[in-house]
Amino acid sequence: MGTDFVIAAIITIIGISTPILLAGLGELVVEKAGVLNLGVEGMMLIGAITGFAVTVMTGNPWLGVLGAAAGGALSALLFGFFVLTLNSNQVATGLALTIFGTGLSSLIGLSFVGRIVPQFGSSFPPALSRDPIGRLFFSYSPLVYFALAMVFVVAWFLRRTRSGLILRAVGENDLSAHSIGYSVIGVRYLAVAFGGAMAGIGGAYFSLVITPMWAERMTSGRGWIALALVVFASWKAGRLLIGSLFFGVLMWLELNAKAGGLSFMPYAGSIPSQFWAAMPYLMTVVVLALISMRDRGGSSAPACLGKPFLPAT
Amino acid sequence: MRIKLEKRPDPSRLMLVVTPIASVLLTMLLGVIVFDALGIDGQRAVIDIFLTPLLASYKWQDVAVKAAPLIIIGLGLSIGNRANVWNIGAEGQYVIGALCAAGVGIAAGPVGGPLVIAAMIMAGIVGGGAWAAVPAVLKTRLGVNEILSTLMFTYVALQVLSYLVGGPFKDPNGRNFPATAPLTADQTLPLLPFTSVHLGVGVALVLPFLFWFLMSRSVFGYQIRVVGAAPHAARHGGFDGNQTVWLALLIGGGMAGLAGALEFTGALKTINLGFPSGYGFTAIIVAFLGRLHPIGVLIAGIVLAVTYVGGQVAQTTVHIPNATAGIFQAMMLFFILASDIFVRYRVRFIGSPKSAVSPAAPAPAAGE
Amino acid sequence: MAKLNRRAFIAAAGAAAAVLPLTGNAFAQEKLKVGFVFLGPIGDYGWTWAHNKGREAVDAALGDQVETIYVENVAEDASAIPVFRDLAQQGCKLIFGATYGYMDQMVQVAAEFPDVKFEHCTGFKRADNLATYNSRFHEGRAVLGTIAGKMSKSGVMGYLGSYKVPEVVLGVNSFILAAQKQNPAATLKLVFIDSWFDPPKEAAATETLLNLGCDLVTTHTDSPAALQILEQRGLYGFGQGADMSSFAPNAHLTAIEDIWGPYYIERVQAVLDGTWASADTWDGIADGTVVISPYNPAIPADVVALAEEVKAGYVAGTYDVFTGPIYDTEGTLRVKDGEILPLSDLAVMDWFVKGVETAA
Repeated sequence: MGTDFVIAAIITIIGISTPILLAGLGELVVEKAGVLNLGVEGMMLIGAITGFAVTVMTGNPWLGVLGAAAGGALSALLFGFFVLTLNSNQVATGLALTIFGTGLSSLIGLSFVGRIVPQFGSSFPPALSRDPIGRLFFSYSPLVYFALAMVFVVAWFLRRTRSGLILRAVGENDLSAHSIGYSVIGVRYLAVAFGGAMAGIGGAYFSLVITPMWAERMTSGRGWIALALVVFASWKAGRLLIGSLFFGVLMWLELNAKAGGLSFMPYAGSIPSQFWAAMPYLMTVVVLALISMRDRGGSSAPACLGKPFLPAT
Repeated sequence: MRIKLEKRPDPSRLMLVVTPIASVLLTMLLGVIVFDALGIDGQRAVIDIFLTPLLASYKWQDVAVKAAPLIIIGLGLSIGNRANVWNIGAEGQYVIGALCAAGVGIAAGPVGGPLVIAAMIMAGIVGGGAWAAVPAVLKTRLGVNEILSTLMFTYVALQVLSYLVGGPFKDPNGRNFPATAPLTADQTLPLLPFTSVHLGVGVALVLPFLFWFLMSRSVFGYQIRVVGAAPHAARHGGFDGNQTVWLALLIGGGMAGLAGALEFTGALKTINLGFPSGYGFTAIIVAFLGRLHPIGVLIAGIVLAVTYVGGQVAQTTVHIPNATAGIFQAMMLFFILASDIFVRYRVRFIGSPKSAVSPAAPAPAAGE
Repeated sequence: MAKLNRRAFIAAAGAAAAVLPLTGNAFAQEKLKVGFVFLGPIGDYGWTWAHNKGREAVDAALGDQVETIYVENVAEDASAIPVFRDLAQQGCKLIFGATYGYMDQMVQVAAEFPDVKFEHCTGFKRADNLATYNSRFHEGRAVLGTIAGKMSKSGVMGYLGSYKVPEVVLGVNSFILAAQKQNPAATLKLVFIDSWFDPPKEAAATETLLNLGCDLVTTHTDSPAALQILEQRGLYGFGQGADMSSFAPNAHLTAIEDIWGPYYIERVQAVLDGTWASADTWDGIADGTVVISPYNPAIPADVVALAEEVKAGYVAGTYDVFTGPIYDTEGTLRVKDGEILPLSDLAVMDWFVKGVETAA
């Protein structure tokens, strides 16, 4: 197991982690505002196809990312309209959004199958990533650095800004936030739209960066992992970054187990790849159980998560 | 003009029945518009998805076979939802149920007959229930949110499936394709002559009435309804919240497991990686579209099955992807959920020159 | 029904049928209807795309007597059953199912419609009205392996597999045996992704193979995802099913193109003539079913010559990559010196030759 192998593995893991980090950051803000949007997978798919379509039409992947964000945000606002304005059930509406997004992206994607798009240039001068250490830091797609930056932005926003405080207040106790005079619904709309935009960019990472093409259901369930990730990180942005890398390691282990590449780990060779694939979900349940044990009633999870806002009028 | 909502003292009975029908009709109408906007013959697509399966008699058996698991899972979920217990992991319970049935079938070897079939189906119910029991323990002991835990367990179940059909359960004569050996003729459910309609369809027709009776006549049904409607009052009334959680999850999981076992022994006869086809998630739509009422679930299950079968028809006729049927399924659910507002509230329009700031709701798909 | 038929006809016959007069409906009834069921989207630029080209060839050759209908994105599970049944009920007299996983479904539907002819690609279960057809892709894999043996610097190559079914096992063995003729030390790392078409998984698996030291990856899955990863890394690979060079102009050395048109035309003609009979057909390079795409200019001329030699050997019947001695991964001699594995053994092959490393 040489340095080159470790560095190559880390580069792959960061690549795998990025889309779930992007989508997870969005969902984190949504859930902090007290809304549970289970439609992440659907929004990612919509982002993947809108991002791809815009890139095909404009020839510019950066505009594609903007398109993906817009597509994701629009589909999230559709969800928002139902759950926030019409007070419909969040769990069921979120699932409907995933089914909707899967179908709509397949339909829009019909005319984009087999198309080729221009790709992002390298983020830094290629000279920087000539040696392995340079590659470790400078060889990624611009979206990877964007995702990293967003970790700090989201953490700073939630913890240090007034708006972040209001958002958390809305998620923790919507009625008192309302009585102080904040617009609970307005805040939640913004949060939901942000979540959709981030999920959309996460989806575009598939159609513009990993494999620059369109294929039906190409996010292959990563939206659900992103949902697990938010819980795994117990609703904290910093832990979300660590969690995404940890999930990335597990997904990397799964692929290596399939390729018979885990011979360097004692006993790991005989563990079926499915074990590694199931681990993110199992670990999330364990974390959930630990959180619940520590603070029965749960101070980690936003108190209003998933509940409709029903002010007494 | 402003819109004002007034809470109704009691849910509107009329609206309870009218809104699901209106949701389906509105979905069809909007479907035509959206598809035309995307450059696809919308009228044709909607006709093929919603009407062709009903008009072409040779499609009826497909509808019946598709509807059976949706109805059975939907029934179980509607019990949970009534008690405010959110089991969204029916897909995983369905898969585990089928795998347990397959395990019994493999253990039985070449032996068949009604006893073996009954044992397989029982194993399915127990397996599905057991898969839902873990979230039940976590919920009742530790207060773990069942929405998240049941969802996570679904994805664990998919890996269990992948492991078993690619390993211990793999057909030794299948040339290494990851699938179980097809069941022999005397290990499968009886069929209606000259059709693919199996006994499971009969089960799906009978169960709603059984559930109706159970919900309206038994203490259990009363408990479920009371706990769901007013948890605090229920505790005063002597109903144990934890017991309700257990019942709701076990019934939901058991029914999903039953559906999986019936689908395996009646329709598919083999389990491969394509076995989980989303019935567990679609059944959530079925439960809501059926207004959590057993008979409503029966009808809603048929409606959703029509869209599945119709989706395949549209695939051959207008060449739209199979997943497109999902757009319609989702729209129906959106509308039915949104229409709850008409059931619980009376809508009043109040004239006012001051236009309230209302967030722009995008028309689905338009301009994307 | 009538409406459905006409609709399907228009969709399938495409632009040519757009000007179909109103009487076309009655006219259409007299044509032989041929159905095609595809696993992927026809735009996958791989396996399904190639089969659809074959269908278009039928339209072009026999369009005045035949109308073709296709269904794409049909999963390899029970949902395929109603699709086959549908085509039969719509009046198709000949139906092709173009992936291994339709096998039991086609057996079942074929039994329900004894007067409809069915043809299953890469399967092995037959009936009086169910034929199987396959292509000796492994001949093409031997050409690719020959090139790979020369082009891989490290001698460690990656193979992206779908399932461990005989067709893939054959491809793996053929590829590495041919490579070892050029570089006796060549080894192959094999990963199965349990899917024929899953671009993100194909991409991730390709990266994994590269991390494990492979400097060349060939695929037995249907999307160009692996090639796109190789292009990003400046490494080489091959296309599968079709020329995929537009997705990866530098990485794409060449590809195996599946040419189904001649076979499809022949079988449709047989139905028209009333001479169709159930059979098991395996055509290869000599029959024009397996075609090698134009070579990437990056391949040196002497390597091209070696590849052409293998091709010519298959046409002349003087070359077979499965000529002994062949050892399996355990080192057991499986094929004696000078012997050639017969097609019947190849059809059920489930062991890997020496030099293949896999967890499966």
